[in-house]
Amino acid sequence: MTNKTVLHPKHLEAGAKMVDFHGWEMPINYGSQIEEHHAVRRDAGMFDVSHMTIVDIKGPQAKAYLRYLLANDVEKLKDKGKALYSGMLNEAGGVVDDLIVYFFADDDYRLVVNSATREKDINWLNKVADGFDIQIIEQPNLAMIAIQGPNAKAKAAELFSAEQKAAVEGMKPFFGVQSGELFIATTGYTGEAGYEVMVPAEQACDFWQKLLDLGIQPCGLGARDTLRLEAGMNLYGQDMDETISPLAANMGWTISWLPEERDFMGRKALEEYNRSGKDKLVGLVMEEKGVLRAGLTVKVEGGEGVITSGTFSPTLGYSIAMARVPSSVRDTAEVEMRKKWVTVRVVKPSFVRNGKKVEH
Amino acid sequence: MSNIPAELRYAASHEWVRPEGNGVYTVGISEHAQELLGDMVFVELPEVGSNVSAGDDVAVAESVKAASDVYAPISGEILAVNEELEDSPELVNSDPYGDGWMFRIKADDESELAELLDAEGYENSIDEE
Repeated sequence: MTNKTVLHPKHLEAGAKMVDFHGWEMPINYGSQIEEHHAVRRDAGMFDVSHMTIVDIKGPQAKAYLRYLLANDVEKLKDKGKALYSGMLNEAGGVVDDLIVYFFADDDYRLVVNSATREKDINWLNKVADGFDIQIIEQPNLAMIAIQGPNAKAKAAELFSAEQKAAVEGMKPFFGVQSGELFIATTGYTGEAGYEVMVPAEQACDFWQKLLDLGIQPCGLGARDTLRLEAGMNLYGQDMDETISPLAANMGWTISWLPEERDFMGRKALEEYNRSGKDKLVGLVMEEKGVLRAGLTVKVEGGEGVITSGTFSPTLGYSIAMARVPSSVRDTAEVEMRKKWVTVRVVKPSFVRNGKKVEH
Repeated sequence: MSNIPAELRYAASHEWVRPEGNGVYTVGISEHAQELLGDMVFVELPEVGSNVSAGDDVAVAESVKAASDVYAPISGEILAVNEELEDSPELVNSDPYGDGWMFRIKADDESELAELLDAEGYENSIDEE
């Protein structure tokens, strides 16, 4: 069965090319994914991300539960509305999913997890919840729209009430606030400033139309992928999965090793990997013609690796990729492109931030 | 339904062919092909002066999504290539039958044209995909 978001009719109305995305019929583009990409880097674009799963965690042990569930530590969250990116690991230290957790109170959190892994995630949340006094509450009646780009905040704010404008005034990156009927967060998946807005499903089409009327470019999954890859953000199922350690997926910064006495799911396996781990995720840059593609083998110092995500970077005008390679990697790699081996540069996996090239 | 001009001939591998007179033919890829590929980012063209046989992979159309070979629909000598595509590969998307042309070929044997599809035949071949 194919799922459709509440905004589905708006996509058809705009002439979007629809594709199946893990059981959801979603727009891949509305004409040109490169133009959509540039709209986000230069002005403002918007994405229907209503297929993502919103789950509230409430109850007296909500904090204790999340401190056990997640490799990052919600103890760090002191300010109401502050968000944290984390991996959710299995016993073997592989990544069940990556997610954002918002803190409202020690007994009140909100998670946003991937759509492709919804069922698995819900099962996992329930399994780990055994023995904790908490409630896991899905929020399927919320639609979510990401508005991203240098002009995104100013444009979106035109639709906010006086109360909502006051609520987001001076809000730092990676915060969320409920105001009126909207949950407004300064999060995103593009490397640009902007908001992710949760809106009651019955109001979503109207809200989308108003954003459209403000001249915000609707963007599909195609642009979403090139934007997140330029920003060096992982895509679950591609750059990491249940068999991959977060340490081999450039997610080391999301692991809270301290305090040592905090036991979290996957900790032992992770400590073991940290001692013996052999792979890491790097960025690749190829300035000549051609496009690095996921699945290609790369040869580096000390062995072989694989491209996990690769694309043409519309902002830079050449191809970029992420690759999981032996940690003995030096500053170049060899990639087989159409039957010949090409030398590419190895860099940190981050290519564009706030519209500008990241210098390596 | 994508645009399939009636005055052109087509290969099942999505190239179109337009007669320019004196045995010279212009070749590009169809609107349907560019739709399948999505935004074009690189086009690699054959060398001017090279001799190609029908069915040879002579060019590459690389989009954000995938790289796709472009085949010579007829045999002959490459007379010209569309150098505009070097800087503006998106012309293949915006004007596949006009400014997005790829190369011109001087046919060795014009009877090979009879092997190609007319617009209706090409439309049927797309429907069967």
